[in-house]
Amino acid sequence: MTAATGQSGPARFVGLLAEFRTEAELVSAASAVRGAGFRRFDAFTPYPVEELSQIVESHHSRLPWLVFGGGVVGAICGFTLQYWTAVKAYPMNIGGRPYDSWPSFIVVTFETTILFAAFAAVLGMLALNGLPRPHHPLFNVPRFALASRDSYFLFVDACDPRFDRAGTREQLLGLAAMEVSDVED
Amino acid sequence: MAEIPAPGPARPNPARPAPPTRPPLMAPGHTAATVTDKISAVVLTGTPKWWYAAFGGSFAILMMLLYSLTMLFAKGIGIWGNNIPVGWAFDIINFVWWIGIGHAGTLISAILLLLRQPWRNSINRFAEAMTLFAVACAGLFPLIHMGRAWRFYYLLPIPNTFGLWPQFRSPLMWDVFAVSTYALVSLLFWFVGLIPDLATLRDRAQSLLAQKLYGFLAMGWRGSARHWHNYEMASLMLAGLATPLVVSVHTVVSFDFAAAQVPGWHATIFPPYFVAGAIFAGFAMVITLSVPLRVLFGLQDFITMRHLQNMAKVMLATGLIVAYGYAVEIFMAWYSGNRYERFMILNRVTGPYRYTWYALILCNVLVVQLLWSRRVRNSVTALFIIAMFVNVGMWLERFVIIVTSLHRDFLPSSWGMYHPTRFDFMTFFGTIGLFLSLMFLFIRFLPMISIFEMRMILPASKPPEEPR
Repeated sequence: MTAATGQSGPARFVGLLAEFRTEAELVSAASAVRGAGFRRFDAFTPYPVEELSQIVESHHSRLPWLVFGGGVVGAICGFTLQYWTAVKAYPMNIGGRPYDSWPSFIVVTFETTILFAAFAAVLGMLALNGLPRPHHPLFNVPRFALASRDSYFLFVDACDPRFDRAGTREQLLGLAAMEVSDVED
Repeated sequence: MAEIPAPGPARPNPARPAPPTRPPLMAPGHTAATVTDKISAVVLTGTPKWWYAAFGGSFAILMMLLYSLTMLFAKGIGIWGNNIPVGWAFDIINFVWWIGIGHAGTLISAILLLLRQPWRNSINRFAEAMTLFAVACAGLFPLIHMGRAWRFYYLLPIPNTFGLWPQFRSPLMWDVFAVSTYALVSLLFWFVGLIPDLATLRDRAQSLLAQKLYGFLAMGWRGSARHWHNYEMASLMLAGLATPLVVSVHTVVSFDFAAAQVPGWHATIFPPYFVAGAIFAGFAMVITLSVPLRVLFGLQDFITMRHLQNMAKVMLATGLIVAYGYAVEIFMAWYSGNRYERFMILNRVTGPYRYTWYALILCNVLVVQLLWSRRVRNSVTALFIIAMFVNVGMWLERFVIIVTSLHRDFLPSSWGMYHPTRFDFMTFFGTIGLFLSLMFLFIRFLPMISIFEMRMILPASKPPEEPR
């Protein structure tokens, strides 16, 4: 997919994209790049590769905390809704039970817990990944379309303090990259 | 330039085990490229002729639903056969039947993900779609059963000028929350699973419209290691949330019955028995759908005999739990010493609706025992026929529970008979048209097999492929 790039003057160089044939080559190249001191780089694969996330992202995902928070908020909202409805807003005598008959509120509390936690998981995943983001400089590289088929890519950001356009290109080619392309915005 | 260190030892990826002793999950010779091309071609190449015929037929049945609902809203629920004492007839039978069918999709996508069963990867997508469409059909019935369907919002806790609020001590209210949470969480799970495949379709689509539409839905997915890291975590979290949810949904559905006093409903076995029945019915429907689909689209390489055999085994196991439920119902009727419970069982077996009970035992207990045989599990035709028996049997189970229990409860003076009318049948078969129409639209416009999860079960490190 080619994104619209034409409206803001000359193209800006943002980094280098190296293409690899196999997952193993990409994994060894990514760990080599990390070992060389780079921090601002990313790897692209057609399916999740656990080793790569450990190389690229050193810390654990914060998503579980978001999901936990969503669940707690859901539980509080669900129970409060029922308590307020049954005790304050519309008290009704059902079979002589107390207004705050909390055991019968458990089911709906459980459902709202799951609902809020699931929304937190999905929206949190999108937010942590910076999505939706329909336009990205990487989409300007035609071969990047294969990242969703069977090719493996490594992107090194020009903002990295160790980045050097010619040197890094040589280094990537030395890591068995098939091709190294410039990425422009 | 710093010295380049050697890469660390590759850890085995637990998501990709390949037990050597079993038949393969995928025919040999496939690579990430062929898997991607083959599955996305179903969506991106021209529509096959049979699709028009199949969708047209389903759509015609859907129009029958439209007709019967129009008549219903114009004339009221008097056009159906249900009346006191059988107030819950086809509506609740069909509701429970459809919602049960949906459960296999969640089971395959969530529970088998948590159990690290890679064979789920080729059937989870359309099983999840089946869940969504089955829940859509199920949700219709309680709404139209209200008679004044346009007032369904009374069920929701919405501030209103009457100052009325729902009554949260009722299992029917729990049902509203359980089913709507289930529908929303299933939708989220399904959509999250689709995102990487939508990116594949965006990158492979030829027409500008398809590129824009799939690109919009893929939301800029790039498959980066950071994306996948959070994505895998989100999938696991959703699976962990959906697993107790799916158990809760049919449990709550069974509370609709178990919390009532009616003989035949008031039983503690109901929650586990309903959940097992739901999985049983759902796997039967997955087999019913996957057998023709794999032939029509030539996907036998991905939905292999091993998948069908595994599903047959799940069907046999849950079928035995269901048979145990039937046995416990009979035992408890005797053991309780309650004359109404005993009469209920006698009425099921010898009363005016006895043929439905015989057919139920034939479909759900006897025919299913054929699955003990390896030869039967190896025959696609036999599996399809047995699955059809189970589909019918699970519908009959709900008929027996609902109609046979209600029509003769405590007082002989208030006994009655229930006879479905043509509108009952038209509404029921109409929802099958709705389900099939949605299913055909889905397989035409979205990948029915999860492409990225199929790539995951390929051998880990692929040899260099032919130059592109």
